[in-house]
Amino acid sequence: MAKSSIKIRAKTKKDVTTVKALMTHPMETGGRKDKKTGKLIPAHYIQEVVCKHNGATVLTANWSGGVSKNPYVSFKFAGGAKGDSVEITWHDNKGGSGTQTAKIK
Amino acid sequence: MSTDMKRRIFLKGSLAAGAVSVAAGAGLLMPQQVLAAWPKAAFEAKSIPDALTALMGSGDTTTSDKIKIKAPDIAENGAVVPITVESSMEGIESMAIIASANPVPLIASFSLSGSAKGFVSTRIKMGKTGDVIGVVKAGGKLYSASKGVKVTIGGCGG
Repeated sequence: MAKSSIKIRAKTKKDVTTVKALMTHPMETGGRKDKKTGKLIPAHYIQEVVCKHNGATVLTANWSGGVSKNPYVSFKFAGGAKGDSVEITWHDNKGGSGTQTAKIK
Repeated sequence: MSTDMKRRIFLKGSLAAGAVSVAAGAGLLMPQQVLAAWPKAAFEAKSIPDALTALMGSGDTTTSDKIKIKAPDIAENGAVVPITVESSMEGIESMAIIASANPVPLIASFSLSGSAKGFVSTRIKMGKTGDVIGVVKAGGKLYSASKGVKVTIGGCGG
């Protein structure tokens, strides 16, 4: 996975920051079969997503393969000002990871 | 003769490459253990109370009208069902999204820190028609709300 596997949009309005993020990941559950070979496609999904605001963890998400392909996640937190950094990091079950930092608009 | 030799060499080479990729695969699997915080038992549980017990320490939930679940009434594509769980409760520690009809019911759990609001939105897969349950842990207690979603095409099979 390339480093730019996450797209982040963060906006502050009335002291509440809304963060929207889109990650690029196949999110295979491990229960799906390859139509051509009939074999199970091995599980490959994001297990943990950590979201930080100015270095402090705001939200930690643990996922199963039940989250859709190319996962989208959105959350809100109190505080946050223009120019603050929002960092999102994911780790998958195969040891892959991705991270991205964005500024609040 | 010469083509045959090349074939041998080629076979040897590809076998060696195969061994290397297996080794690399094993190496790649190692970091899995680093994610000790990932609640494996909860995500392997086949029933909702089991999953909640493994995740939040209790399988008992109280229905609450302070939790709002935003989900479509009919999902045309079960592979992508947008779900938003929102709660106005104070002191939310964690939130979970469960699709009751899925082979692995627990889809996602979110632990919130002090400044995070009781709001999470994501997109999930749903195997078939069933209830989407939002569970909120606040002040050591579990609260839940559910919403039925009709799935036209399942998103778990292949």
